[in-house]
Amino acid sequence: MHLFTLTAVEAAQALQRREISSVQLVRDIYDRIDNVEPQVRGFISLLSREEALAAAENVDRMLKQGVSLSPLAGIPMALKDNICTNGIPTTCASLILKGYRPPYDAHVTTALREAGAILIGKSNMDEFAMGSSTENSAYHLTCNPWDLQRVPGGSSGGSAALVAAGEVFFALGSDTGGSIRQPASFCGVVGLKPTYGLVSRYGLIAFASSLDQIGPLTRDVQDCAYVLEIIAGHDPRDSTSVSREKERYTAYLGKEIKGQRVALPVECFGEGLEKEIKELVMGALAKCTEVGVSVYEASAPSTAYALPAYYLVAPAEASSNLARYDGIQYGLSIRSGSNLLDLYYATRSKGFGAEVKRRIMLGTYALSSGYYDAYYLKALKMRTLIRQEFESIFKDHDFIVTPTSPTVAFKIGEQKDDPLTMYLNDIYTITANLCGFPAISIPCGFVEGMPVGLQVIGRPFDEGRMLQFCYVLESLLGLKGRLAEMKLKEE
Amino acid sequence: MQEFETVIGLEVHVELLTRTKLFCGCSTAFGAAPNTQVCPVCLGLPGGMLPLLNKTAAEYTIKAALALNCTVTPNLTFDRKNYFYADLPKGFQISQFFYPMGTNGYLEIHHNGESKKIGIRQLHLEEDTGKLSHFGDIISSPYSRVDFNRAGVPLMEIVSEPDIRSAEEARLYLQKLRTILCYLGISDCKMEEGSMRCDANISLRPVGSSELGKKTELKNMNSFRSVFRGIEYEVERQRTILLSGDSIIPETRHWDEAKGITRAMRSKFVSADYRCFPDPNIPPFPVDTKWVESIQASIPELPDAKYYRFIEEYGLPPYDAEVLTGTKELADFYEEVLTCYREPKTVSNWIMSELMGHLNAAGIGITEAKIKAKDLGKLLQLVGKGEISGKMAKSVFEEMFATGEDPELIIKKQGLAQISDEDTLDGIINTVLAANPQSVQDYHSGKKKALGFLVGQIMKETKGQANPQLVNKMLEEKLKSS
Repeated sequence: MHLFTLTAVEAAQALQRREISSVQLVRDIYDRIDNVEPQVRGFISLLSREEALAAAENVDRMLKQGVSLSPLAGIPMALKDNICTNGIPTTCASLILKGYRPPYDAHVTTALREAGAILIGKSNMDEFAMGSSTENSAYHLTCNPWDLQRVPGGSSGGSAALVAAGEVFFALGSDTGGSIRQPASFCGVVGLKPTYGLVSRYGLIAFASSLDQIGPLTRDVQDCAYVLEIIAGHDPRDSTSVSREKERYTAYLGKEIKGQRVALPVECFGEGLEKEIKELVMGALAKCTEVGVSVYEASAPSTAYALPAYYLVAPAEASSNLARYDGIQYGLSIRSGSNLLDLYYATRSKGFGAEVKRRIMLGTYALSSGYYDAYYLKALKMRTLIRQEFESIFKDHDFIVTPTSPTVAFKIGEQKDDPLTMYLNDIYTITANLCGFPAISIPCGFVEGMPVGLQVIGRPFDEGRMLQFCYVLESLLGLKGRLAEMKLKEE
Repeated sequence: MQEFETVIGLEVHVELLTRTKLFCGCSTAFGAAPNTQVCPVCLGLPGGMLPLLNKTAAEYTIKAALALNCTVTPNLTFDRKNYFYADLPKGFQISQFFYPMGTNGYLEIHHNGESKKIGIRQLHLEEDTGKLSHFGDIISSPYSRVDFNRAGVPLMEIVSEPDIRSAEEARLYLQKLRTILCYLGISDCKMEEGSMRCDANISLRPVGSSELGKKTELKNMNSFRSVFRGIEYEVERQRTILLSGDSIIPETRHWDEAKGITRAMRSKFVSADYRCFPDPNIPPFPVDTKWVESIQASIPELPDAKYYRFIEEYGLPPYDAEVLTGTKELADFYEEVLTCYREPKTVSNWIMSELMGHLNAAGIGITEAKIKAKDLGKLLQLVGKGEISGKMAKSVFEEMFATGEDPELIIKKQGLAQISDEDTLDGIINTVLAANPQSVQDYHSGKKKALGFLVGQIMKETKGQANPQLVNKMLEEKLKSS
């Protein structure tokens, strides 16, 4: 048996029982990477086998000495390339940060390092997390392990593909409008966007600060709970990080979900949703009713404006957040011109890709004097309205369930030149970002061999009960921890 | 010839005296090697921009808002002001655009015994930028260097209403502002070091008009004197243009201290669009009444209150009160002297002439002076009791200023004590009378001048140390009875 087929928790338990070693896990993972990475291309940068093995040896030594380590010690993983790693290139898949090595670790990097998880590499993404297919990476495409002709989703496409292909046991992504959940759905893995403020953003390279949140992409719900337990928690270096007691998410797993109430917003099951996907989601919910869950129809009419509101707020914040890439301090700097303005024009013209430029311009326009009230301020008001509608649904329902994405993974190149169609990929996911609510995508079946995701949105900081619900659903569906079936030359 | 009224509004930036920067833990100390007091937050490194508010800076700004009679915002919020420049590491400055810390305040200036209120439109907290250095002129410099030590240092901006009518009023406004901020202990307000910076918006309008004329913004005035000179020059320049029938070009102008002129920097036809919006990384911070009350309670008596109290309580002329309340330290010194010697005007005279004369000559402030207030009080007591003469006191003062020694000690050391002992004086008077029979005779024959001569002889005999009043009294008694 190949070790890479285990879930992170299965591997960790074997490690703790000393049946296997971290060195073995790392070796097996690198063998797997050698086999499939040329097809998947989920990494932007990969640590050398030697570096990873050194870290694994260290964990093995401590385990031998009987040092009590975190449950995920010795487990190989990847971080999205917008999460800062001290001394290791962190590029946001942008030319403007090519070769940039941060002098510090992000909060989550430190948390995982301290937990003993083994960093294998940095995963590919849409440039600055702007996109839904990872095609906007300035470096290379990433392919969906389930069908190499298709995109893995985005922007955390690299993280999702690596987990689905068995190249890492888990990965972290970031989610601004669905960037964890949509690729999780496309690649058949579990992806969680925690409540805004639950996981520190310190060291996450910002796209849209009021929406960005880091979260795990894992093989199953149990792994998700374990990873979340490590990365969640208050961090004084992030003013928006919420100060609350640390929760044991794993303690929720295995409890029954009888009596829980689920709402289905009619707006998320109408036009634009593929019929087969709707049937899979409804089928999954039917299984829930068998274990005592009640399902109700609900309505959140303002969600019709979620997409436009999102495409004002997110680009506006991005236009400001990305102003620092000016060629002065770090990253690309084209100094052939004769003055400061030349430096700005040349550096930013060359350094940013088309989608990033498009959003910077959208955002700059939306914030301009004379337009601020009509666009940005109105979008903020719409955000409040949507939140109020969701809050009112949550008054008498535990969860809101929707499809994660209206379609399965599309063909590479299919939507590349059609940004508006591309933006529709986020239609069911962006509301959770606008409201700051937690949301998770878990696999609920296949359409023509491609995975389909089901999204569960919860009340703020209700991740524990969401994981409890999804854990039961996952076992009812029998889709736990499935890796992509990849055709390998050597097998 | 047409008469014009000058209209001036000042924008003043002061650096706050906090130990650390506004949103990170880096030191704010002045003069460190370039780019050594920096971190991912103030450098704006990717992913490093998650600001954490320095509560002391907020407190200082609230203190200033209260002292300047402003309404304090109930919620502390920050916004981003977006623009590109090489000294701005994040591509935006965190400032308070939508809800400034304080609004609608005023301060009072006193001029020729008259008082005038100058409105404060708003007062807000923001972060400072880095500092560029060029080689020679900014235009011809082949490249520039940037030091980010200053980036993120808390900066308070105070914007006045266009209530200022002359260069002199502008100077008085600035000085009063500095005095208040120094009283509060929140900034050292050193214009020469850049911890206080002033831009002036200047326009002219026909006398009687209530509309504002086209204005220019004057920058680069690095001392109180250059603020005065720069404004004087710019007002004259505008007056000449208007009188010739031309109109003023709204623009930013640079004060050239060496040449004593203002020069155009950039045209303001297109106003910059800073695309301000609330900073999504900084949640609103409630300013509750308890906090404001405790800050209010920590505010010391301010210069105006002190000024009016000095006039009322000590009967001082307004000029004296203005000078003595110029710094908190000087006012405290004055009042400490008063505790030993309660003659307000005499003490004021001594401080304003002797003490301040010596301080100015030495180029130091009251806090650096060696002389102690208690000792000055003691000296004045001795003069009051007639133990030394005023003239002697001045020489004792000189020694006190130089060494910080107790006046009695100095008097003893120099043998300066006045001879007021009647037995001693009696003997000396007898000797002098015996030696000058002619003068005694002259006195008795009505030549009153002789008395002066005899006093002079006694003073000569005692090297000027005899108590002159006592000598006069004893001598007259002796002559009358003889």
